[in-house]
Amino acid sequence: MSEFILGHYNYWIVILLMMIGFYTVISRGNLIKKIAGLNIFQTSVFLLYISIGNVRDATTPIIAEGFTHYSNPLPHVLILTAIVVGVSTTALGLALVVRIREAYGSIEEEDIHAQDKDASL
Amino acid sequence: MIEQNLSLLLVAIPLVAAPLAALLPAGRLPWLLTLVVSWITLGLAAWQLWVVADGSVISYELGGWAPPWGIEYRIDALNALVAVIVAGIGAITLPYALRSVADEIPRWQTPYFYSAFLLCLDGLLGITQTGDIFNLFVFLEISSLSSYALISMGQKRRALTAAYQYLIMGTIGATFLLIGIGLVYAETGTLNMVDLAARLPELYSHRTVHTAFTFMLVGISLKLALFPLHLWLPNAYTYAPSAITVFLAATATKVAVYVMLRTVFTVFSNQFVQITPTELVFLLLGMAGILYASVAAIYQPDAKRLLAYSSIAQIGYMVLGMGFGSALGLTGTIVHVFNHALMKGALFMALGALVYRVGSTRMNQIQGLGREMPWTFAAIFIAGLSLIGVPGTAGFISKWYLVLAAIDQQNWLIALVILAGSLLAVAYMWNLVETLFFQPATRQREPVREAPLSMLVPMWLLVIANIWFGLDTELTVGIAETAVQLLGVDGP
Repeated sequence: MSEFILGHYNYWIVILLMMIGFYTVISRGNLIKKIAGLNIFQTSVFLLYISIGNVRDATTPIIAEGFTHYSNPLPHVLILTAIVVGVSTTALGLALVVRIREAYGSIEEEDIHAQDKDASL
Repeated sequence: MIEQNLSLLLVAIPLVAAPLAALLPAGRLPWLLTLVVSWITLGLAAWQLWVVADGSVISYELGGWAPPWGIEYRIDALNALVAVIVAGIGAITLPYALRSVADEIPRWQTPYFYSAFLLCLDGLLGITQTGDIFNLFVFLEISSLSSYALISMGQKRRALTAAYQYLIMGTIGATFLLIGIGLVYAETGTLNMVDLAARLPELYSHRTVHTAFTFMLVGISLKLALFPLHLWLPNAYTYAPSAITVFLAATATKVAVYVMLRTVFTVFSNQFVQITPTELVFLLLGMAGILYASVAAIYQPDAKRLLAYSSIAQIGYMVLGMGFGSALGLTGTIVHVFNHALMKGALFMALGALVYRVGSTRMNQIQGLGREMPWTFAAIFIAGLSLIGVPGTAGFISKWYLVLAAIDQQNWLIALVILAGSLLAVAYMWNLVETLFFQPATRQREPVREAPLSMLVPMWLLVIANIWFGLDTELTVGIAETAVQLLGVDGP
């Protein structure tokens, strides 16, 4: 049992980070905090992929004498792509927050909803 | 030489053109480049469909790396049809976009606008071409990121919050998909869809595979705006620039339906669907979506918002078709994907013409406009008939297949919901028609002229297509049936 918990500790961290990030996105009304939550959520998935690529008793995937076991490099490459996607999403999201702040003078969701409601009456 | 590289060219040409468009001087040049590119992609996509319409499959190895190690582009009748929808709507939106975009977007932004448009087109086409599931995720994000930017360019400040909301929900959806892809990769060690389909069956009892399937399903449903994950859609469609609403409403959700079909029936299989409650979920959410969104559409104070809710209801029909687990139901889904692109394209173009003339689509601003803009009004009327599903229009064909699928399984409740959805569509379309034609203009305003020809011609091309594909079903139904066979769903 303890081996099951300790042996998979990186997966437990993945789940923990995933829940923290997801909860932050849903529960926070501050637009920047939402993006921070989204980042944590995405990071947990990066960690998941990297954990998948791990091979027991293996070395980094660089050909060298005396080594026959290598970690799987493909998940790392995949996650590089996903990191780029994550960075672009964050940049675009923050740019939108800047524009929202210019247009509404606030980055609190409640304020913005209240202003939209007044405008549509 | 071109024929061997069709699938690559479809993705490469818009991708190369996008940064070029951003470098061009503001004005008409970026538009012209985008127009030329979109017509080239339509030609290539049509050529590709013609090659695979008989049920054959094109496999293209990117960079000469053989699958499953390299990325494979794999084209059959289903992808080719969706690619034609995307490229066709792109090609027909652009002549329309010239006046509409000049009116709604500041001149200095036009190079960036068209650059983002090309990227969005590229992402959507890429999704249809690729046979690699991680590659599909990347293209999904290319199209999503550019559509967030395009939506935020709307005139009202609410466009910004709509884009932000879409960004948050879209990214959660994409990340769910990514988790699912990671889990199937951990189980099988492959990302190629055909290879996955070959390796997954022996693992169907593993809980990881079921978890992966669920993550992927929820992620795609978010992108698809399947009820109850539709919350981003009404605002995004309402506040986006008119030309973008036309393009996204007619393509983005359709491509998401394609991703759903591909994931559920190619990567996994009908056999896997049968051992999970997927069909029940599709049927229940489809029916709930049809009823909820159609009723909500009746009470919308803005015509664009009304049609956005109607889109959510139509997505319900497409998902319903997947839930039957029969060839008839899936044929209905695929034909409806095509037909819905035609009707919503025409309807949103007509609303864009109203925006061009009076600057709004709020019900109290567009009263009586139908008499002053008869051609635009007639387009709304005919496309509305198609949306309702009146015989002789395209909408009738797809609903006919869905009702047949329901009757075939003697599921009277579903048949009833499909008919109720059509009746509710009569109610909300009548709301729009009554406002436009029968109500007098309440406030004093300048007399309004008919929309310019560059907007009317694309609009009417789509309206005529609505009637054409309602009478001649050989192309749509024929290709849909070929595609269903390739998805491996047998039976009536």
